[in-house]
Amino acid sequence: MPDSPGKLRVSCTVNGEPAEFEAYPMERLLDVLRRELRLTGTKEGCGEGECGACSVEMDGALVNSCLVPAAQADGAVLRTIEGVAAAGQLHAVQQAFLAYGGAQCGICTPGMILAAVNLLDRHPSPSLDQIREALSGNLCRCTGYTKIFESVVAACRKSDGRG
Amino acid sequence: MRSVVPLYEWETPPDLASALGRMAREPGAWKPFAGGTDLMVLLEAGKLPHRRFLNIWKIGELRGVETSADRVSLGALATYTEIRRHDVLAREFPLLGRAAAETGSVATQNRGTIGGNIANASPAADSPPALLVYDAEIELVSARGSRRIPYANFHTGYKTMDLAADELIWRVHLPRGRSGWRQYYRKVGTRRAQAISKVCFAAAAKIENGLIAGARIALASVAPAVLRSRAVEQFLLGRRPSPELALSAGAELARELAPIDDMRSTARYRLRVAQNLLAEFLETLG
Repeated sequence: MPDSPGKLRVSCTVNGEPAEFEAYPMERLLDVLRRELRLTGTKEGCGEGECGACSVEMDGALVNSCLVPAAQADGAVLRTIEGVAAAGQLHAVQQAFLAYGGAQCGICTPGMILAAVNLLDRHPSPSLDQIREALSGNLCRCTGYTKIFESVVAACRKSDGRG
Repeated sequence: MRSVVPLYEWETPPDLASALGRMAREPGAWKPFAGGTDLMVLLEAGKLPHRRFLNIWKIGELRGVETSADRVSLGALATYTEIRRHDVLAREFPLLGRAAAETGSVATQNRGTIGGNIANASPAADSPPALLVYDAEIELVSARGSRRIPYANFHTGYKTMDLAADELIWRVHLPRGRSGWRQYYRKVGTRRAQAISKVCFAAAAKIENGLIAGARIALASVAPAVLRSRAVEQFLLGRRPSPELALSAGAELARELAPIDDMRSTARYRLRVAQNLLAEFLETLG
């Protein structure tokens, strides 16, 4: 049983590891990731599902973690930006963002990279239109998007999307 | 102003019968919670009126898309993503796929459901105009049993609907057989993605010997609820698509709409755009 009244014990898998935390059912997944699991790579932008800064993967699907109540994370498999690099090696998308200037201030970057990685997992060789659509829920106020699209295109070329 | 999160209660019924039992015992006390794409926005704004939530997201009986000889039935929890990926829907009900593709972003589409879009009852919702064009039926379920009604009769006014306090939206049925019809969907918003519509327009028509032999016209964001324009449908019957017809049908449309000025647009702009979209649709029939 949870220690605090009204809280639930939530068990899930985060970045390949089992995780457990206590949370009020309607707390935002965004907040518990940052506060309980100290995964502060996930950012808050608008807090209403418009900007994509808080994007994470839940059971393989891209979601806005500001719109997911903590209770629905119970039993879920989650991936955050901290789980994208494997064995100390940056993912091809992360490398491309570095090489092609896909990141500037950095607030949108974790969500942007997760949206791109999620796309490449589904479509290893996406068209430019598919890239634009897949990232349409992730707002960036610095780059004007062109460098971001170039980064994703470069990541596909480099890896065939397999990372 | 954020809501005070510890105030909210939450229950996850294991199946449909348990969910309906809970709603029957305390009608109106429990708000069904699916993908949360509308409710969590209200939470963030401190405008969520409900205190207790029934988590229906994992209830199998509300999921899936089933195809039979004469209809396609969507579970209330069918997400926009599932709708976009479904072969039969893509082939025979393309307007629904278009609506799903124009709703929010990938992340919204992964969590937003057709049942939620209907129950949220926004006059600006993207999928209802498509459902109206396809003569959808909506099946409601409660501990008392289930009932089916034409979707066109479901919304009764601004955010009001024919849904009892103990009922859940169960399925949406789409009769097959519209494939021979010319179909059209267009959403006009501030930008291509992530926009809420200023006007949303869905239509279909059957053409025989150059004349309109059947028509469905439906709109969002131009009235207190999504609207099927029966007067324009009637008006078009037996007529030949032409620029003159577009003008007179547009005048007919103006009599049926009740657009308003709000933060997204003006009544005047909405009416003009709705008439222009009707004209564009008629142009595709010529």
